[in-house]
Amino acid sequence: MRLHSSIPMLRIVPDDTKFDFMRFRRISFPASAVLSIVAICLYFFVGLHFGIDFVGGTLLEVKTKTGQPADLAKMRTTLGALALGDIQLQEFGAADRVLIRIPQQPGGEAAQNAAKDKVTASVGDEVLIERAEVVGPRISTEMLATSTVGLMAAILAILVYLWFRFEWQFALGAMIANVHDLVLTVGYMSLMQIDFDLSSIAALLTILGYSLNDTVVIYDRIREMLRRYKRMPMPDLLNISVNSTLSRSIITHLTVTLSLLALLFFGGHAIHSFVSTMIFGVVLVGTYTSVFIAAPILIYLGVGTTRAAVEETAETVKV
Amino acid sequence: MMYISRWKALGILLTTLFVCLLAVPNFFPEKTVQSWPKWAQRHVVLGLDLQGGSHLLLEVDTNAVRKEKLEQLRDDVRRVLREARVGLSSAPVVRGTSVEVVVRESDLQNALTKVRDLSQPLGGILGGAGQRTLEISNQGGGRIQVTLTEPALVERIRQAVEQAVQIIEKRINELGLVEPLIQRQGNDRILVQVPGLGDPQRLIELVGKTAKLDFRMVDETVTAEQALASRPPPESEILYGTSREGRTPYVIEKRILVSGADLTDAQPGFDSRTSEPVVNFRFNSAGARKFAQATAENVGKRFAAVLDNEVITAPVIREPILQGSGQISGSFTVESANDLAILLRAGALPAPLTIIEQRVVGAGLGQDSISKGKDASYYGSALVVVFMVVVYGLFGVFASVAVAINVAMIFGVLSLLNATLTLPGIIGIVLTIGIAVDSNVLIYERIREEVRTGRSPITAIDAGFTRALATILDSNITTFIAASVLFFIGTGPVRGFAVTLGIGIITTVFTAFTLTRLMVAWWVRWVRPQKLAIS
Repeated sequence: MRLHSSIPMLRIVPDDTKFDFMRFRRISFPASAVLSIVAICLYFFVGLHFGIDFVGGTLLEVKTKTGQPADLAKMRTTLGALALGDIQLQEFGAADRVLIRIPQQPGGEAAQNAAKDKVTASVGDEVLIERAEVVGPRISTEMLATSTVGLMAAILAILVYLWFRFEWQFALGAMIANVHDLVLTVGYMSLMQIDFDLSSIAALLTILGYSLNDTVVIYDRIREMLRRYKRMPMPDLLNISVNSTLSRSIITHLTVTLSLLALLFFGGHAIHSFVSTMIFGVVLVGTYTSVFIAAPILIYLGVGTTRAAVEETAETVKV
Repeated sequence: MMYISRWKALGILLTTLFVCLLAVPNFFPEKTVQSWPKWAQRHVVLGLDLQGGSHLLLEVDTNAVRKEKLEQLRDDVRRVLREARVGLSSAPVVRGTSVEVVVRESDLQNALTKVRDLSQPLGGILGGAGQRTLEISNQGGGRIQVTLTEPALVERIRQAVEQAVQIIEKRINELGLVEPLIQRQGNDRILVQVPGLGDPQRLIELVGKTAKLDFRMVDETVTAEQALASRPPPESEILYGTSREGRTPYVIEKRILVSGADLTDAQPGFDSRTSEPVVNFRFNSAGARKFAQATAENVGKRFAAVLDNEVITAPVIREPILQGSGQISGSFTVESANDLAILLRAGALPAPLTIIEQRVVGAGLGQDSISKGKDASYYGSALVVVFMVVVYGLFGVFASVAVAINVAMIFGVLSLLNATLTLPGIIGIVLTIGIAVDSNVLIYERIREEVRTGRSPITAIDAGFTRALATILDSNITTFIAASVLFFIGTGPVRGFAVTLGIGIITTVFTAFTLTRLMVAWWVRWVRPQKLAIS
């Protein structure tokens, strides 16, 4: 094998692709708008399934002592008799594992602990408590507030950074694209009723970071092209930029997808919802957004118009 | 650009090697590592979600502190006014956040002076602007309002938290646990993290109990039934005790004979006659004197040991107890007698604490998470390596080496920081494997593009690196910002994710700028490629 003189062995994407990505904006923009509206509707009408981190309450992960499949119906009756509100039971990863969710109890922090003790006492003969989490109303309110503020702060900090590194139009374009990602992901989480807790915030922030990462790579190229081709019409210039980074985008997304799939299939049930959210956000939405939203939106934000104007004035001066 | 001086190369290699070596202690058993010099012992700490354990967040009951402080203030006001022989039209009472008293108009000035003497300047950082502990205002008509200032209350809460931390430390140390973490958080909170405890419920009881013990007389002027039917005498209250027969009400005097603060020692033991578990205690000299006097005066009457407003026992005093030691018998088990002894030795918490967050993970579940996390990392890296080698051939091997070193360096930095590795942290590492490859992809794709524009291999590689590195930096900074925000807002496991993600980004950028370049530079020098084949 002549290793020494060849970089690529396999071309995933042929060289010199000339897809007209910008033409798709007439489809992708309305499509994204519709999807965003659907996502917002999902959020308002189906709603996020908030985990105990944000609404308080108790979560118990239990395993039957016998190793036999858990009798959910029987547990439901036993726990229903405790009058602790709507206790949810869910098989968790294996037949002998059950997730018990006790809603927030009225009466402050002490009431939550009391509720946990009651449940533990009533099912304790048959199951082992593998994990117990009790979050009081004060902490959950605080966590929701810090998470919201944190998410906003992250968006703002990235906006400011991009503004420094690029022009404001790029910063704004990236923001629109990535808020769009977050909206769709939240819609997805509402649809799938994924537990929305602190790790979901981690997922959202990571999606934000990665899909911006992608956007920035394309924007970097656009900026370079803007300097190189002073007269090329914006849509063509954007097309060249997206096409020339296409190979990289696809290869990188394949590797990230491979890592995420490994986590999804081998990482266990505990991280399942985190990873599936990431796959949706990074792989499905993030990739699409940077190519079909983040790049073409620059046309509407007026990137490159001043460039033409400057040139024209320069020429008139010359004349 | 592609020429890297020998010294620079050496520097890069040594730095990389050093950071990777930092991870070494993690691969040896704890025992072995402990015999190493201190600086070499730093290692990654497994989070509670991986090794099992309890995480408790406690909050000082601010209202209880305020109430106690105000009641104390009311008593102080009453005392100084009585000492100054000030005539009262109405006794001092607690109203809202202040104490109010009405004195005879003729004594007003005298009363104001005496009450003002109670106010002290606030020491420490808070006392900067001449702040005092009390605000005293003359409401007219002989009415004096004494208000506890907010800084004074904050200071009191701060002290309470500090004392509570020490007391909890004492209590937990008695359990002989490995590496417990007890830390104040913010103004009024305490974080307790205990890895791998078999019985979390016991920890909760040991940490959360105020353990305020007093000895008081049982009020025998009325029976408990009478008191429940009407109301207890003004100087007494109804408290309950739990025994095997159920909950029994007692009428107990509010006056405290001796308090638990006067105890010097408490030990679990067995009653010599019934051989039931008991707690033996001993008073200090002041406590012993008070106890002796009280028991001498009340032979034949009943007194009660009250723990956190719960009557533990209410025996009849058969004879004066003069030697300053005694025995509490209740319906104890060996363990509960032992725990009560621990609580009494460590002392009472200065204020009640509420558990506002509690997360307990069993050791089995943690072990399971570790093995699944390992599996996912192995499969994830294998997939990425195979993919990269298939796509880029030898350069794919370079990329894989860079990624492997990246992961080693992440562990090195985590060890250096004594950082905590959590399950989300493992996700962060696996994601880094995916993203570290990206920097290589960016470089290689850029080189390919440069070759296509007709550059010679070496200048193409050179230009490819230069251009790609700018992009790598830009694109990674955004993710780094997200990771930093997550670090600040997240707690526990999620923070672990932010840490590995953030460190992963730094090592990724580092390896892209140095190691990958070095490998390619050497390859260029070794092979001197005349042409980079493009498919």
